[in-house]
Amino acid sequence: MTPAVEATTPVLELDDVALRYRGSTAPVLQDVSLAVAAGHSLALVGESGAGKTTLLRLLLGLARPTTGTVRFDGEALRLRDAKLMRRFRGSVQCVFQDPYSSLDPRRRVGATVAEPLRSLGIDSRRTAAPKVAEALERVGLPADAARRYPHEFSGGQRQRIAIARATVCDPRVLLADEPVSALDVTTRVKVVDLLAELQQERGLTIVMVSHDLSVVASLCERTAVLERGRIVEQGDTAQVLGDPAHTYTRRLVDSVPRLPV
Amino acid sequence: MTRATSPAQPLVEAPDQSSRAKRSYTLLAGCVLAGLIFLLALVSLFWLPYATDDTSGGRLTGPATDHLLGTDKLGRDLFTQAMTGSRIAVEAGLGSVLIAAALGVTLGVLTAFAQGWLDDTLSAFLDILIAFPTLLLAMLIVAARSATLGSAVLAIGIAQSAVVARLVRILVKRVLAQDYITAARTSGTSWPRIVAGHVLPNIWPTLVVNLALQFGLAVLAEAGLSYLGLGAPPPSASWGRMLQEAQATFTTAPAGALAPGILLVLLVIGVNLIADGLRDTLDPATRRRRA
Amino acid sequence: MTLLDVRGLTVRTADGRTLVDDLSLSVAPGERLGVIGESGSGKSLTTLAVLGLLPEGMTATGSVELGGTQIVGASEKRLTGVRGRDAAIVFQEPLTALDPLMRVGRQIAGPLRQRRGLTGGALKRAVAEALEQVRLPEPGRIARAFPHEISGGQRQRVALAMALACEPKLLIADEPTTALDVSVQADMLALIDTLVRIREMAVLFVSHDLAVVAKVTDRALVMKDGRAVEEGTVDEIVRAPREEYTRTLVASARKLESALAPRSAR
Repeated sequence: MTPAVEATTPVLELDDVALRYRGSTAPVLQDVSLAVAAGHSLALVGESGAGKTTLLRLLLGLARPTTGTVRFDGEALRLRDAKLMRRFRGSVQCVFQDPYSSLDPRRRVGATVAEPLRSLGIDSRRTAAPKVAEALERVGLPADAARRYPHEFSGGQRQRIAIARATVCDPRVLLADEPVSALDVTTRVKVVDLLAELQQERGLTIVMVSHDLSVVASLCERTAVLERGRIVEQGDTAQVLGDPAHTYTRRLVDSVPRLPV
Repeated sequence: MTRATSPAQPLVEAPDQSSRAKRSYTLLAGCVLAGLIFLLALVSLFWLPYATDDTSGGRLTGPATDHLLGTDKLGRDLFTQAMTGSRIAVEAGLGSVLIAAALGVTLGVLTAFAQGWLDDTLSAFLDILIAFPTLLLAMLIVAARSATLGSAVLAIGIAQSAVVARLVRILVKRVLAQDYITAARTSGTSWPRIVAGHVLPNIWPTLVVNLALQFGLAVLAEAGLSYLGLGAPPPSASWGRMLQEAQATFTTAPAGALAPGILLVLLVIGVNLIADGLRDTLDPATRRRRA
Repeated sequence: MTLLDVRGLTVRTADGRTLVDDLSLSVAPGERLGVIGESGSGKSLTTLAVLGLLPEGMTATGSVELGGTQIVGASEKRLTGVRGRDAAIVFQEPLTALDPLMRVGRQIAGPLRQRRGLTGGALKRAVAEALEQVRLPEPGRIARAFPHEISGGQRQRVALAMALACEPKLLIADEPTTALDVSVQADMLALIDTLVRIREMAVLFVSHDLAVVAKVTDRALVMKDGRAVEEGTVDEIVRAPREEYTRTLVASARKLESALAPRSAR
């Protein structure tokens, strides 16, 4: 155990976690250990069925591992501990893949963005309004966006709204589930830039689940590669994607279609 | 190869907008038809041409100025009966739908959240309730209580609540699968608040349309039950009872059967048209396109 | 002679919005053309218009000639004759393109029976062959499976097998790999490339992803807001984009790729 690791407690940590759904024989996740250091960014890479989404649900406190521990600030995450969970929910927020499914179509954008503030009991409707306006401005949306409905916005704008919601309560960790894979290339670049900006300016810790290696490479310092419920490789992104040690990672990297030079 | 001259097609006259206009006409027509019956029902509360037990008019007179629709075989005014029948029909429709909505939504939401054996049990219970004949249910309730409008409404409401519950269950499950529910959970929103703030508003449009249809079905069911003598007892004249009483003299005095029959059809068509018209007016996306 | 000749194609919605605006393109037999565009560029509508499959309420004007048949304004009967024989399409989401209640084998057998008049043992063999040529393992098992029982990549292969079953002269692929994992996508692109080469088929390949298009086609058309912005070889477009929009598109793709490229070069 090196003192450097000892110095800071990871914000989120999975310790030898396994998850098996009721009635199924094969575990969805197995022997998964990883740590997310504060202010750093981690990518969870893998293809469909690798267990990325399940892993994310564990990190979000939406599911409980069959064995192993999920830790938040070094403390085991107990989903029934209301006080702990409130602190957790205020610190860990999420952006989802599908910007159409992630916004309630019958709610005005303002109410959607205000939801974490209201639900965590941080603000009343009135005191939330300026924070919502600020969050919307931060993601580059016009001030009148709060009064409009989601369907009035494009996919990229909707993803910005989702990011505004996830950052309005000033969380320390932002979990992002394939945040740009539903977007066009040009929009994709802009949203990646926005996330990078938030990460730098607000010292946000970002954990991103993605199958898009170029997005991972542009945003995350560390990468963990998931194959069939196990982490086959993890380390610095440059190392993992630049010089893959595992054949699966190598195959992923080689599969990315590239433009003619 | 010769090139076919490009058959420049004229643009079709915006059928999209005209169909939307048609929809609002549908709503309007529905409101007029159903409104007529509601008006009759409302007026009957304060004023009737004759008392319901007034048999002074002579038997089976046929339409005349003093009796607009004529009289029945006991000499009672048919128009008066048609009016009280409207009131009973509206009461039956509203009462059943209220029961069906209250019970159905509660059950539907509960079953949508239930998991494992509880889910299986509740689903099986709903399936049995749906398969259970309304008539038998009504007979049981009448046996337990008495033949009143309330018993009929209770039977219809309970029977319909199973249908509503199954619909609500599917709708709620669909909403629960959306990412905005997960987002609400990770924002610390409690389940009751998620149901009230996200789930119900999102199932509401489909539910309202379905309840409007259930209203029409309830009116028909009440007419059926009172035709069989399982509804409101005499002298209150439900349409079903009027039909039953006029049956024997249909060939000689058709007004007694035609009046309740036509009113029944008008009301049911009316609420169905309303249901149709409501379908899109409740969607914010279509609201915007209209503006 | 061209196989597909689109001249001044315009697609409008019922309320008069123009979604495809005066688009012209042509594909010669055996030629491959990529159509690149972002969502809302009208690229998918163009492919639908080519087969006379526009959704209700949308109208096409102009001329679309496919294998000598005028598609715009053609009767449904005429169109049925063209679809499958002259052109077949593979969509983005294979799950919606396949009938969920029908076994895979029967779905492929449908067009084979109709087009090639096969029955009995010959039909069965043809189905097995069709599944084998798209490199599906255990064609027997896949043929008996329902669409939801096989993986996304396998479903897309089945959809491709169905499209190829009638040996069309033109294969239209609308974002055929967008819903797939990267490694599956790479295999799928290679497969399309090989099969099309063997059969000397023409391809109209639609995608938002420049790099994906570059894998399959050598010529491409860039679309934005229903209009053709730029047309040329993929190399030209990627190396020396002429139009502002194309430049943005290439720059975005390059930017994302550059994050990956220098490191993996080490």
